[in-house]
Parts: sequence; structure tokens; C-alpha cells
Amino acid sequence: MTADQIAKLFIQTDATSASGIVKLRCTGAWTVQGIAQLERQLKDMAWPAGVGLEIDSSAITALDTSGAWLLHRTVGALEQQGRSVSVIGLRAEYGLLMDLISACELLPPSAQSDTGLLASIGKQFLGSLENMFGMLAFVGESAIAMMRLIVQPSRIRWKTILLNIQTAGFEALPIVGLLSFLMGVVIAYQGADQLQRFGANIYIADMVGLAMLRELSPLLTAIIVAGRSGSAYAAQIGTMKVTEEIDALRTIGISPQELLVLPKMLALIIALPLLTVFADVTGIIGGMIMARSKLDVSFDVFIVRLGDAVSLSSFLTGIVKAPVFAAIIALAGCFRGFQVGSSADSVGRQTTLSVVQAIFLVILADALFSVVFNWLSI
Amino acid sequence: MNAAMEQMQNTNTVIDVRGLHTRYGKTVVHENLSLAVQKGEIFSLVGGSGCGKSTLLRAIIMLLQPVSGSIRVFGQEVIGLNDEQALQLRRRWGVMFERGALFSSLTVAENVGMVLREHTRLSPGLIDEVAALKIALTGLPADAGAKYPSELSGGMHKRAALARAIALDPELLFLDEPTAALDPLSASGIDELVRNLRDMLGLTIMMVTHDLDLLWRVADRVAVLEGGNILGVGTMEELSKSEHPVIRDYFYGPRGRAAREQAWKKK
Repeated sequence: MTADQIAKLFIQTDATSASGIVKLRCTGAWTVQGIAQLERQLKDMAWPAGVGLEIDSSAITALDTSGAWLLHRTVGALEQQGRSVSVIGLRAEYGLLMDLISACELLPPSAQSDTGLLASIGKQFLGSLENMFGMLAFVGESAIAMMRLIVQPSRIRWKTILLNIQTAGFEALPIVGLLSFLMGVVIAYQGADQLQRFGANIYIADMVGLAMLRELSPLLTAIIVAGRSGSAYAAQIGTMKVTEEIDALRTIGISPQELLVLPKMLALIIALPLLTVFADVTGIIGGMIMARSKLDVSFDVFIVRLGDAVSLSSFLTGIVKAPVFAAIIALAGCFRGFQVGSSADSVGRQTTLSVVQAIFLVILADALFSVVFNWLSI
Repeated sequence: MNAAMEQMQNTNTVIDVRGLHTRYGKTVVHENLSLAVQKGEIFSLVGGSGCGKSTLLRAIIMLLQPVSGSIRVFGQEVIGLNDEQALQLRRRWGVMFERGALFSSLTVAENVGMVLREHTRLSPGLIDEVAALKIALTGLPADAGAKYPSELSGGMHKRAALARAIALDPELLFLDEPTAALDPLSASGIDELVRNLRDMLGLTIMMVTHDLDLLWRVADRVAVLEGGNILGVGTMEELSKSEHPVIRDYFYGPRGRAAREQAWKKK
């Protein structure tokens, strides 16, 4: 930046005229890029004692709104101190700009109110209470919409449901299969050491089979789907909320619940149990491979033992959970989507929340299932 | 002699587009399009929907890579600039998008202040003041600065977007549909604002608009686009005398006539 691109303000000490008027001189470019230095100097400028000031601004090479504002502000501050200030030598177009600036009324900066600790705790609590009621209301609305569908089955949108089964179910097969396979490998690997010590190698089939079928594969599948599809639901519905598409649906007379929520929920309720079965199979294959390489349990021995160890009810306890998890994931994702405000920020926040809540609720539901199954001694 | 003349023309030409070809996928948008915008003028692009007005704007502000041709802004070729040069150029112009494109997670004042914070070394206090000034300049009430974009009406949204576009006092301003979705009163406020900005700050303004009133009131020159090419360039008076059927339809439709009569009454 060259010298004439920097705004300057000089006090001409020698030029105090007989009438006691102090002369000041502005030079350089009073522009948004040029005034940065001057602004700092002005803050602790030693203004001359005289009451009358005359600012000669004929040497200003460029003036924009920021520069004009700085000049206007400086003059205003000096006048507040009881001086009389006149600005002379402004070019005509700069004069117009100064007039424009002085016509603008600015609000004095308001101090932000500080909320106390108690108030913020209260706010937080009310927020979560509202949240809970919102979620309940949402579940209720979904249930009512579901009733309508049951009464009028012709309103079920099969095409959307099938499409959702493809994206949330079929397209999740590779990742669910791979992770479940690895989970089977890990369990067999961890168990192999212990079982070998007791010479109970064959029980590897019981261990892998029961752990995968009863607990791990439903839970693992639900968590993957919550991350994959629950977040997608929240982001999709949230973006539609921002662009007012949800309002548009309502005005056209289509219930957003019916078009957006129920097909997703029904699709997941169908897809998640199927994915869980697939996870069961790949998990057991993982365990089988590990059992042969570490414990010398051959495939056919493993499968025979698996048939004895794992009853139908064990398999079913795993599968029964899946539709419940599916409903939780779909509802949490869609609910969070509807909670989006009108900013891009809130889409991100609600999407995060949808995954966190879905996983939390899935694990909570899994714990409840365990307690219930224990009572029923299944 | 010739070179000197060309040099002189260059210093007054802010935007110089030559032989521009652009394409969206397989659709050809512009074919061999050329136009020049002079310093200090309000230049307007008009034409039916889908004729490539906004695409041309996007190509000039480096959001769209043309297939071939040359675009010079302030005498500098914008195609194939490196990041540093592109940044230098971008600081000299402001863009107001059709739908505002305000950052939804920031208040209006923060939206304007963000540009200043990013590109200048002013103190935070002065930045807040300058941001408030820009907001006031665009005719927004003083309390609008603390609001979020979602709390603004359509017209206020436009004004806030304009405030952000002029945050750095650019030499060149691009306006995409500055008065679309505005009530007549706000729209004429924008007319006046656009003209004031040009007169006082010596801005060059390039805008895309359908607003015939705005064209009659503020545009110095107008280019009519159709089918990827420019049918005619000139003042509104010149264009309104054109014999070209498309241009005639454009300016002599019922709305065009009313706007013209309005403009004549004013004179």
C-alpha cells in the first residue's frame, strides 16, 4: 500500500489563525482499506485546545462510505465536546456522500443481557420438557396417520415404501454384512482363548450363535441403520422444512406424516428384520472361520453344534426387537427433521441429535427387552 | 495510435466479454457472445426466462467455467486466474444473489460485518458501526441488524443482501433481480438506492432484471438476450424503437407500454 492510499489527518499547529480557529488537514484515501491505521490513531489523538476547528478535506484522494462514516463520527465526537467543527473543501460528490451518511440513523449498540445460572438451568429444563412433549405429540400424530392408513389401505404409498426399502435396506447390505462378519470374528477370537483352556472348543458355536443372534446383530444393525438412514431422514425433512416444502404439502392437502413419515417407518419395519437376519448369517460365518483357524472346529461340526445350541426362540428374540428398533429410528429421524428451524445450522444440529437420540433409545429399548425376556424366561 | 486508442478504451471498460461459449451439461447456453460494460454505467441484462442472463452473470463472477472465450474484468482475464488473483478481484466487486443467499445462522449485522472482518483491518467497534451504516443505507430499520434472515420479510431480505454486497464499497456491483418479489414502494426505494450508489461512489452496476420500471428509471444501457446471443444493446429509448420482433414484444407488451408511459410522464 503506497502512502497516498493511507488516510491521514494532520493538525496544522502553525496555522492557527488570528480568530483562534485550529486548522486540520485530511489527506490520502479515506476508504475501507485505507482507514485502518487512522482509526487507531484517532482513538488516542491529542486534540488541540481551541474551540473552533476547521477540517480541510480537499486533499482526500478517495472517499467511500466507510471513510465518510469515520469522518462523520470524528466530527460528531468533537462537536460533543462542545467545539464547533466545519468541514471545507470537500468535492461535490463527496459532499453528497457525507449528506447521505449523516442522514442515516444508527441504533446505539445495545448491551447483551446476561442470564443467571438459575435462569439458564430453568430454560434448559423447559426446553427439554417441550422437547419431550413434542416427541410424544409426534408419535401420537404418526399413530393417528397410521390408523387412517389401516382404515383406507388404498392410501398406502407402496412405491415410496419400496424405494425406501431399497435405499435403507438393500443398499445397506454390504456395510451391515461386513461389520457383522467382523463382529463374529472378534467374538470367536476373544472366546477362543478362554474355551481352549477348558478344552471346551466346541462351545464356540454356542457362544457366537447366542451372542450374535440374541443381542449383537439386532443392535449392530440398528445402530448402522440409525447412522445411515435416520440421519438421512432428518436431513431430508429438515431441508424441506427450510425451503417451505412441508408447508406446501400441507396447503396442497397432503399430510406430511402420510407422505414422509409413514412410508419411511413402514419401509424400515420391513427392512430392519431382514437386515438383522443377514447380519446373523454373516456374523456366524465370521465366527465359523475363526473357529476353524484357531480352534480346529470344522465347518460341519460347528453347524451341527449350532443347531443344537441355538433354539428357535433365541433366533426370534433377536428378530422381534428389530421392528421396534426400526420404528424408533424412523420416528427419531423424522421428528428431528420436523424440529428444524429455518437455518442451515439447525439442519446440522437436528441431524446430529437424530442419530444420538435414535442410538440412545435403541439401546434403552434393548435393555428393556432383556428385562422382559428375563421375566418371561425366554 | 491504434494501440493507444485500444488502451484508452480498456481503462474505461470494466467488463469485456468476447466470444463467450458456455454450456450446462449438453445444453448450449451462450454461443459467441460479446459485450462490454463501461465504467460508471448501470448496465442491465434482460430477456425471457432461461435465455442465459444469470448464467452470463455466473460466468463473469467466476462461478461457472465457460467452454471458451474471454472475460476481462478491470482489464484482467478472469478465466484461469490463480487463487490469489481471484481473491484480489473478488474484493473489488460485490454480488447480490437473486434469493439473497444470506447466511442463515448469522444475524443481518453479522452477515455484513463478516465481509469486513474477513477483508479489512478495522477495529471490531468500527466494523459494527460500518455494518449498521450499510444496513441503514439500504433503507432497513435500525433494529433489523439484530435479526436473523429467517425473521425478515422478502423485501427486507433483499435489502440485507444488498447491504452485504456493498459492505466493502466495491467498484463493481452485480445485482441479480434486485427488485423481484418486492412491493412497489420498496422497489422504487431500490431504484433510488442503485442510482445513488452509482452517483456518489462511482460504482459500475451490472444487473439482471425483469422489472421494466427499474429499467426505464435507472438503466443507462440495456442488452437484450435471446437464444444465447445478444439481440440488441442500447438505451431504453433506442431499444424501444427497435424493429426486432422479440425486442418489440418485450417492450411493447401491455406491461412494457405502461412502464414506458410512466417514465415519459416523469420526464
